[in-house]
Amino acid sequence: MINFEYTRVSTIQQALDALSKNGNAQFIAGGSNLVDLMKKGVTTPAKLVDITNLPLYEIKKESGNIYIGALALNSDVAEDQLVQKEQPLLSLALKAGASQQIRNMATVGGNMMQRTRCPYFYNTDMPCNKRESGTGCGALKGFNRMHAIFGASESCIAVHPSDMCVALAALDATVLVSGPKGNRRIAFQNFHRLPGDMPQKDNTLEKGELIIAVEIPNNSYKEHVHYLKVRDRTSYAFALVSVAVAVDLQSDTIKDVRLAMGGVAHKPWRLTEAENFLKGKAASEANFRQAANVAMHGAKGYGYNNFKLNLAPNTIVEALKTATGKA
Amino acid sequence: MAQKKSQKRRQEDKPTDEGRREFIKQSSLLTALSVTPPFLVKAAESEWDEKTAWYFEKVPLAVEINGISQKLSIEPRVTLLDLLREQLALTGTKKGCDHGQCGACTVHVNGKRVLSCLTLAVKMEGKRVTTIEGLGTPNKLHPMQATFIKHDGFQCGYCTPGQIMSGIACIREGHANSEDDIREYMSGNICRCGAYPNIVKAIAEVKKGGQQV
Repeated sequence: MINFEYTRVSTIQQALDALSKNGNAQFIAGGSNLVDLMKKGVTTPAKLVDITNLPLYEIKKESGNIYIGALALNSDVAEDQLVQKEQPLLSLALKAGASQQIRNMATVGGNMMQRTRCPYFYNTDMPCNKRESGTGCGALKGFNRMHAIFGASESCIAVHPSDMCVALAALDATVLVSGPKGNRRIAFQNFHRLPGDMPQKDNTLEKGELIIAVEIPNNSYKEHVHYLKVRDRTSYAFALVSVAVAVDLQSDTIKDVRLAMGGVAHKPWRLTEAENFLKGKAASEANFRQAANVAMHGAKGYGYNNFKLNLAPNTIVEALKTATGKA
Repeated sequence: MAQKKSQKRRQEDKPTDEGRREFIKQSSLLTALSVTPPFLVKAAESEWDEKTAWYFEKVPLAVEINGISQKLSIEPRVTLLDLLREQLALTGTKKGCDHGQCGACTVHVNGKRVLSCLTLAVKMEGKRVTTIEGLGTPNKLHPMQATFIKHDGFQCGYCTPGQIMSGIACIREGHANSEDDIREYMSGNICRCGAYPNIVKAIAEVKKGGQQV
């Protein structure tokens, strides 16, 4: 690892100042992804600003919404009584990600900021537009088994690896950020972006901005929720495809529903059309299958990941069945 | 020829610090020696620039490791795993993949299990670290250590310190209530020998025994 300057900050203002003073500085929280990227030489910050002393650990209920500080640990959020009661889908998604050791290190903000696990991005000998703009995409015609089937571009077919973010996208969360220009709120669905011709940009954060918290609005998804993650082994692996489902079920009729997929796009992939299709319909396997077909409009395989074109709709159907008690 | 080529490559590969020192040395000899301040030549020859950089690049660290308070001086890039193994000779904690994929380096920080290979040591300021060396002694094993031996919870033994640290945490967290639960919450610890059934048995027995871990 290339050496770097290290500094600790204890207020948000100090954090923002420390980052603006050095063009090649980065925040570090848990470091479970950043340290690995630095070891591999994928990221080489001149300075790390350690934000773990900032008071951003709180998990609370505020006028019906669940507010989670950006530094709350993934393990703490997953096991939090309030989260389990009010937003059980988030807890399920968090428990499906990484291992307990990593969840004990990883923070909510850091989880959102983690980079893709595309092997071409990680191998500095390979071309990768995300790592080094203009070098090409090695995965496009390479080993792309883990890669995107939605919203990819000729520049990049990488996927966002988070499970937590799939749940937060489904739950219409809001990201609270602080930056040199002040505070702002970003709808979770607009936080991560599609690669287009700028795959080096994973999200819509502006330079020097810091994630402060995530807020989940109150909803009626307390009971019929499921996070189905399909992977190469039962636990501790990234998703081939994952599906987050939350259903407001009233005597077998779907009053409202949220659906989002992981492992299929450069961002958590919300299935809005499938949601609209299901609203007001009976919770039946036939309807789930039709919704899954709707969800697959525009999907495209790149060779080794063609299997996802079948796996994704099947996973949607299974997740809906489990969430509604039809499995 | 081949030797020449490799020599050339070696020269090109020299880090910039050394290049700078060579340049100062050579230029001071080839041009008028009198115009180069003697201290600069001396500094270059005795590698003071590197020593100075070394001094300034290190940061102090106060950390408690296995109950002993340590005042250390480290580079920010040193991981907790390398600090334990290379500077403190606590080689019980193993380096498996060094990339957070195998769990061999699992230690406890303030009672919680984490991966020491992905933890910057400098972030341990004021924290309590427990490694396998902090659990028991050969004469008085920790219950988890004794039960691993009883159930033959290992073959080559390389992943074992990580498995034991993780197993203890698993019970403390309340995630050892069934064999399925144990398997899920131990999934971050890979055993390439495949001693999993015995590892699960050992953890389940310690949990059932109700001993303080």
